[in-house]
Amino acid sequence: MARIEIDESRCKGCGICTIACPKKLITLCDKVNIQGYTPAEALNQEQCTGCALCAEICPDVAIIVFK
Amino acid sequence: MQQVFKRPQSLKDVQTHFCPGCNHGTIHRLVADALDLFGVQQTTIGVASVGCSVFLYGYFDVDVVEAPHGRAPAVATGVKRARPDRFVFTYQGDGDLAAIGTSEIIHAANRGEDITVIFVNNTTYGMTGGQMAPTTLVGQKTSTSPYGRNKAKDGSPIRMAELLAQLGGVAFSARVAVDSPKHLMDAKKQIREAFRFQVEGKGFSFVEVLSSCPTNWGVTPLEGNARVGAEMIPYFPLGIFKNQGNP
Ligand SMILES: Cc1ncc(C[n+]2csc(CCOP(=O)(O)OP(=O)(O)O)c2C)c(N)n1
Ligand code: SF4
Ligand SMILES: [Mg+2]
Repeated sequence: MARIEIDESRCKGCGICTIACPKKLITLCDKVNIQGYTPAEALNQEQCTGCALCAEICPDVAIIVFK
Repeated sequence: MQQVFKRPQSLKDVQTHFCPGCNHGTIHRLVADALDLFGVQQTTIGVASVGCSVFLYGYFDVDVVEAPHGRAPAVATGVKRARPDRFVFTYQGDGDLAAIGTSEIIHAANRGEDITVIFVNNTTYGMTGGQMAPTTLVGQKTSTSPYGRNKAKDGSPIRMAELLAQLGGVAFSARVAVDSPKHLMDAKKQIREAFRFQVEGKGFSFVEVLSSCPTNWGVTPLEGNARVGAEMIPYFPLGIFKNQGNP
């Protein structure tokens, strides 16, 4: 069991995490955050392994990981 | 469940001004992560440069001296000689290090100053509007090379990591990238390795980090990272060009 938390107010919607995740669990959502970007979200995290690659590559350090 | 990934202590919990997808943010975190690993946050003096990383002092929770226009290795020399007990690193872009401050970097490296240099190569002067740098690839269009870099007129892009590796004073020189998880994990390792050289007093260490500048390249963040892999790495190969740590 593992899970991530995305700080949606810090996210700039670059989308780099969406291709870094080996399970492709992250997508950009439609709503606009306080900075005017569409942040990343991970709605279904059942397959998350806690590899933390999304967090490692995030330029805005907007993801934390629990395992 | 335990938290297995969190923000490094050496990196302030603030919003950066970097454009979406700019690799500077990732590189900042890797550097902060290495500062944490060696427990040198309280004894570090960073030296910032010009370029989009000019606000280093606002993002790293360490002491920082600002040294504009390529002078960071010279300022770092003074800082380290005055306070040899401090951990001293510079963080410089390619306009700053490979054009404006070519003299300072070459002589600091040649003297073998006991400092670490993080060199962010994004093939352009990011902050000032995407002008051509000595690292701009042949054919690359920039605001000052609208028809593409012309090899006959402008020369070939400078490979700083290889160039510095030839100097006697350099103990460690490597080139890494953060465009993919695989490259990123190696970048993390080499930045730590470079820091270890200074922590152990083994001399001048240099890490060139290939970086994207989606804004001035006129591409999306994902296209930017893809260009690092497809166009930069073939010309700027990743690897360690000098390692005098393990004889
Ligand atoms: C008109 C003008 N000339 C020179 C400068 C000085 N200057 C500040 S940032 C910069 C470019 C830095 O580029 P680089 O070192 O590649 O950093 P990047 O922003 O790409 O990370 C220059 C030349 C300036 N600010 N304005
Ligand atoms: S202009 Fe380029 S280098 Fe500067 S913050 Fe934006 S993407 Fe990064
Ligand atoms: Mg640059």
